[in-house]
Amino acid sequence: MSTVTAAAGIRAPRRIRAGRIGAYALLVVGSLLVAFPLLITISYSFMAESDIITFPPPVLPKNPTLHNYEQVLQAIPIGRYLLNSFVVSTVVVIGQLITASLAAFAFSFVQFRGRTVLFFVFLSTLMIPWEATIIPNYITIRSIGWLDTYQGLAVPFMATAFGTFLLRQAFLQIPHELHDSARIDGASSFRFFRSMVLPLTRPALGTVAIYGFLSTYNQYFWPLLITNQTLMRTTQVGIAQLRFEESLRWGLVMAGVVMVALPTLALLVVGQRQLIRGLTAGAVKG
Amino acid sequence: MKRAFGRDARALAPGLAYLAPSLILFVAFVFYPLTQTIRLSFYNTRSTGVATTFAGLDQYTELLSSEAFRTGMVATAQFALYTVPASIAVALVLAVLLNQRLRGVNVFRTMMSSTIAVSAAVGSLIWLLLFNPSLGLLNYVLSLVGIRGPEWLIQPTTAVIAVALTTVWLMLGTNIIVLLAGLQGVPEEIYEAARIDGARGIRMFTRITVPMVSPSLFFLLVVDTIAVLQAFTQIHLLTRGGPVDATRVLVYSIYLDAFQNFQFGYASAQAVILLLLVLALTIVQFGVVERRVHYQ
Repeated sequence: MSTVTAAAGIRAPRRIRAGRIGAYALLVVGSLLVAFPLLITISYSFMAESDIITFPPPVLPKNPTLHNYEQVLQAIPIGRYLLNSFVVSTVVVIGQLITASLAAFAFSFVQFRGRTVLFFVFLSTLMIPWEATIIPNYITIRSIGWLDTYQGLAVPFMATAFGTFLLRQAFLQIPHELHDSARIDGASSFRFFRSMVLPLTRPALGTVAIYGFLSTYNQYFWPLLITNQTLMRTTQVGIAQLRFEESLRWGLVMAGVVMVALPTLALLVVGQRQLIRGLTAGAVKG
Repeated sequence: MKRAFGRDARALAPGLAYLAPSLILFVAFVFYPLTQTIRLSFYNTRSTGVATTFAGLDQYTELLSSEAFRTGMVATAQFALYTVPASIAVALVLAVLLNQRLRGVNVFRTMMSSTIAVSAAVGSLIWLLLFNPSLGLLNYVLSLVGIRGPEWLIQPTTAVIAVALTTVWLMLGTNIIVLLAGLQGVPEEIYEAARIDGARGIRMFTRITVPMVSPSLFFLLVVDTIAVLQAFTQIHLLTRGGPVDATRVLVYSIYLDAFQNFQFGYASAQAVILLLLVLALTIVQFGVVERRVHYQ
């Protein structure tokens, strides 16, 4: 027995090292395959149109150029699209943080009749696909004159059952004694909410914020429906218009795609941890 | 009686104050429109969306007997079948790769999960170029291994595959993150014990890994199917429902009938069917979770 382990002890390092190199090789290949469409997009965005149409299709730009970026700025008001998307996404995030944290507080700290029923009412909104209500919602927004407005793009998404549940989970971690002692000190429920609960649950609020921003910024169907004026379009709809132009200039399209995708990719790098917490919250329980 | 009611109302008030902002929005943009979708599905409508005359089940009988609706449901099922299992399978393999204690593994995690930040519109535009028969890299790579690539978006059979492939890629990031979290929840001792019993490689994967993450796999199966049922952008940008309705899935058909043909009642009947499909999937999800909890 001891000789076997001794022999293994000599062999093991080399095998482990070989295994580790193999693991890294697989990780590199896997990552490059998954990220390939994004990497090639960045590459194309620096390529001259004349290079893109050569055969075989090039992978790296021969003479990197910023020409595509200059062109796309002239072709579409991409700065305005970015502004629109940022305004709408920020308003949705602020709205969601307010509505969801208030509701989560009611579901974790406030005793009232009908709490369970109302909790199920919130839960039920998760089962209703947005597309099943999109026709009446469009008619509503049109009838109150909100087509081509920021409020039409933002207000329908300012409540979130998912965010409410996420925050409720975080609020339930706060010891109830804290609530009791705050009450004994004469603090109102709302003051306890504002000065204790919110500061203590910043990470969860961050998750809701990042999640809300990403999903609003990346919307396509709704902004496509309710915006007609060029200047009210969001990034996703604005960039997609390039696809329907007479002559597709791919370098230009790819430069636009990079400019539109960059904010969300940056957000992924900065807020990856929060995002993962949000995505796995449902899965771990379910 | 009156007093009891008064007390109840008072008891409801403090909670309601906090819930009101959410509830008002839910009523305005979820529950009210839901009732309207159902109502419109029973009415004939003017091209502005105003209900005119009661049609009873006419929209539904017309829908169920129409060839286009049947083709659409087949396209929807095909799209889901091509997309969901493939995306989960690829994600599982990649998540297992990522679930190793290696220095710098976080860099690979970020790269492989990058598609969570990529919008459907951006992803579709990128794949539109990759699928391009003359400029795209996909057919070039295929030609290197001796395969003559098809005109992806021109032929009905390959158009469905193209839309599915784009969607698989778009869903990969989320699926990897969910499965990685599932894998990280598996205690190391279980792998230890299996290793002592001689389990390695593929056997370890099929006998230990897959069963241990089956709750996450099932969660993704339902959630991804619901997401595929709601997919609109890829279809709008890659195929516009074509060629010959090969990718005219349910959601796209709702869009075309409501916002291109202005048949709001007919489109609403299809929206009700979408709603029922999603509800059924959600109930399956809850049912299975319930049973699992029960048996534990």
